Amino acid sequence: MTEEHAPTALEGPRNDATRVDPRLLEILVCPLTKTTLEYDAQRQELISRAARLAYPIRDGIPIMLPEEARPLEG
Amino acid sequence: MARARRAGAADFLLARVAEDMLDRLASVKRAFRTVLDLGAPGPHLAAALSALPHRPFVVRAAASARAGEAGVAVVADEEAQPFAAGAFDLCVCALALQSVNDLPGVMAQVRRSLKPDGLFLAALVGGRSLNELRQAFAEAESELAGGASPRVAPFVDLRDLGALLQRAGFALPVTDVDSLTVRYADPLALMRDLRAMGATNALTLRARAPLRREVLARAVEIYMRRFGDADGRVRATFEIVWLSGWAPDPGQPKPLAPGSAKMRLADALKAIKTGDKGEPSDHGQN
Repeated sequence: MTEEHAPTALEGPRNDATRVDPRLLEILVCPLTKTTLEYDAQRQELISRAARLAYPIRDGIPIMLPEEARPLEG
Repeated sequence: MARARRAGAADFLLARVAEDMLDRLASVKRAFRTVLDLGAPGPHLAAALSALPHRPFVVRAAASARAGEAGVAVVADEEAQPFAAGAFDLCVCALALQSVNDLPGVMAQVRRSLKPDGLFLAALVGGRSLNELRQAFAEAESELAGGASPRVAPFVDLRDLGALLQRAGFALPVTDVDSLTVRYADPLALMRDLRAMGATNALTLRARAPLRREVLARAVEIYMRRFGDADGRVRATFEIVWLSGWAPDPGQPKPLAPGSAKMRLADALKAIKTGDKGEPSDHGQN
């Protein structure tokens, strides 16, 4: 871990709505399958291919609850 | 106790537990870099941890009802944690575990998300909490309703918690108990606080018979008479159960393999008897 960032610092947000700490994105996995997630910055979602669910990010806070997730079509 | 009056016991308990947690962590000579605050019912703990001199990265995970609270980084369920294996150096869990259904499952998931030699430190509300309230309700109900219904949520018991930690794969498990007394203006203020803590489901919902107003009134009377102080305030006792365990690491102390002793037990006992203690030991003092 580096120490150049204060805990509240937000590094390089792509737009104003994107306020998820990249360090957090790195350690999040799907709560059901414990597999890695894909970050969709446009839709503000974390996608679990294994569980076929997209977890929403609301106001920069990932909502890692299956009951709040959007089922993937197809 | 002064703080309890202003902020309510829910806040008071968490603030007190957060303070104790920082004390306990300070005695562990280690700078934990990545920290998980799992399910604390308020922002104090995460805020205090983030403010430590080495500026750890603290992830506050909370239930969805707390999503809007300060410092919440992720909404998650303790029983289905969304964290990668080996993500954290430390997981703290303050006043959150007494209400989970699957405690062994939660512990196993915490251990998985810890790095080798990572620490899990938890404080939960213990089984002997709110004894005064239980007694007052039991007495009021047996007087007025001819029988008692459980009105206070059953809390986890200390027994077997150490064994649970071990079964979840933690090394060097330790449990101990603390007792905290909070004073209230009256028993109803206590009940309001319990409601704020989410600890009242059993007070109203779990009962076999609904709580009648006269039973409540009588319980309040009994409470004030038996557990009141001279100034009219009443006491409530909370038992805080502390748990800690380490994610296994080859460098940790372990019991020696059977048969690997370098000295016979009989010789060791003889040496003690004759007062010959041999080399001074530095056990426990570094």
